[in-house]
Amino acid sequence: MTDNAIRSARPSKIMQYLRRAALIRESWVGSIGLGIIVFWVAMALLAPLLAPFPPNAQYVPFMAPGFNLPPTGTFWLGTDHLGRDILSRLMWGARTVLFYAPLATFCAYAVGILMGLAAGYKRGWIDDVLSRSADVILSFPILVLYVVIITTFGASGINIVLAVTFASAPGIMRIVRGLVLDLRNRDYVAAAQTRGESSLYIMFVEILPNARGPLIVDACLRVGYVIITIGVLGFLGLGLPPPDPDWGGMVNETRGMAMSFPHMTIFPCIAISSLVLGFNLLADGLREVSLRD
Amino acid sequence: MVIFLAKRVGYMLLTMLVVSILLFLLLEVNGESVAVKVLGPYTSIEQRNIWLENNGYFRPLYVRYFDWLFGIATGDFGQSIRFKAPVSDILWDRLGNTAILGAATYAIMVPVSLTLGVLAGMKEGSALDRTISLTSIGTTSVPEFASAVLLAFIFVFTLGWLPGTSAMSGGFDPVQLILPVLVLFLYGFGYLVRMTRASMAEVMQTPYIRTAILKGLPYRQVILRHALRNALIAPFTVIMLQINWLLSGVIVVEFFFAYKGFGALLLEASLNQDIYMIQACAMVAVFVAVTTQTIADIGYTYLNPRIRLGG
Repeated sequence: MTDNAIRSARPSKIMQYLRRAALIRESWVGSIGLGIIVFWVAMALLAPLLAPFPPNAQYVPFMAPGFNLPPTGTFWLGTDHLGRDILSRLMWGARTVLFYAPLATFCAYAVGILMGLAAGYKRGWIDDVLSRSADVILSFPILVLYVVIITTFGASGINIVLAVTFASAPGIMRIVRGLVLDLRNRDYVAAAQTRGESSLYIMFVEILPNARGPLIVDACLRVGYVIITIGVLGFLGLGLPPPDPDWGGMVNETRGMAMSFPHMTIFPCIAISSLVLGFNLLADGLREVSLRD
Repeated sequence: MVIFLAKRVGYMLLTMLVVSILLFLLLEVNGESVAVKVLGPYTSIEQRNIWLENNGYFRPLYVRYFDWLFGIATGDFGQSIRFKAPVSDILWDRLGNTAILGAATYAIMVPVSLTLGVLAGMKEGSALDRTISLTSIGTTSVPEFASAVLLAFIFVFTLGWLPGTSAMSGGFDPVQLILPVLVLFLYGFGYLVRMTRASMAEVMQTPYIRTAILKGLPYRQVILRHALRNALIAPFTVIMLQINWLLSGVIVVEFFFAYKGFGALLLEASLNQDIYMIQACAMVAVFVAVTTQTIADIGYTYLNPRIRLGG
């Protein structure tokens, strides 16, 4: 009875989404994942306030975690080979990775969804051309593609975003296409066609919202992969240009000295692993919750 | 069957052809920049023009492309700029080293992940299943360079049990393979476990398994003789497709451990803009990837009794 009363009140769209999103609490795995992500997002957003030192300022090099320099303060995670505070660099580095990884994933999705909708709904030669091109791009081992693209066009944030879009859009297209092939035969699509709606309307208003479940889970996993990719490119020396902090780059710069000063290398490794773990756990939780209803 | 095979192989050749056009356009469309990369930035225009003339770069683009393609098809990849030697001299050696690394990784990864996947999928939702699934999520979340750092920290710096580099400078040494293989294994096995688990869980829900259990067969026998046969079809495809992933993985691992393999070669060539080496490496990588993909397709069709070939 009360349930019905609540439903008839027709909560706004935003409330509906929030209520659905709150379902993630039912999965403890997903909650932990979400917690880790929220932690790093908070670190990234509040870096200018929380970080004890400017990320590129140099103090005493090679100091172990907990090193205290009386007038300036304490270096909780120590300093690196150039005397920069590792904790501050991790916080500022979180900004870089949490800006570029979601941006690149978003661009890949924008392109992949367009291609997938066109291929799955229009079929015919459009489908053939798009699917064959996707096969060609997907036949490259992915890091080979990244390395060749980045070394040819140069290492910069925008090139990383473009390379990720180019390499991931075909995979997303395949998923979207598969979902569309299933959904296009539903009655509501036939109804929209009978009403005389345009294909664009049917693709974006009728089909896409109904395909969102698996896509959200996949997007979560994909952000994790993109974080790894950005880290790996930084590690290979193909990432964002120094001196601004970038987790993969921090590992690359300090790994030669890791034998004597392991803290310089290990903390960035833990940071990137935990963030990826957060996204993977969240994806697992989302899948679990969405299978339940 | 013959038509099916011909189709797959033809398709594979077509993909290779398109990839070769893309690579050629990406790296060689501008002859001037090729000359700069080969001769260096401090050469005069006249020197570059002489080089371009001698190497046929003033011919039309399509003639150059077919000439290059013919060279690749006959195993002539040109002269490496970085190594000052024919590309093929270096490439095959490095590829052999990577094959050893890959084979060792597979020899561990495949049995371990199939076993774990089957154990997890046997009883969906059990404590064992949750443990295995969470572990596999955990290990896939750690990028290869991070696990390499952490493992090196434990086994090389702290315990001192293993060597930290795998350059094999004093001849082949299996001990130097342990860490690279372990890193590749840790990053890769989670995916295979999850695929095997999903496939196994699906099979366990089918009526014929229920029948086998209900007619009183021992549980061991139900799993070993009935479930496994169908549950391992999907992982077979995944195992073949993982070779594509392995070719990415070796770039990081070989760079980290200074192993003289194909991945390190590709990276070195790319960083030094050694275009003929990049082309050769990329073509080889795509060839390996596409071949394994084709084998996976054919194998899947062959193994799966539900697919009948109509031509």
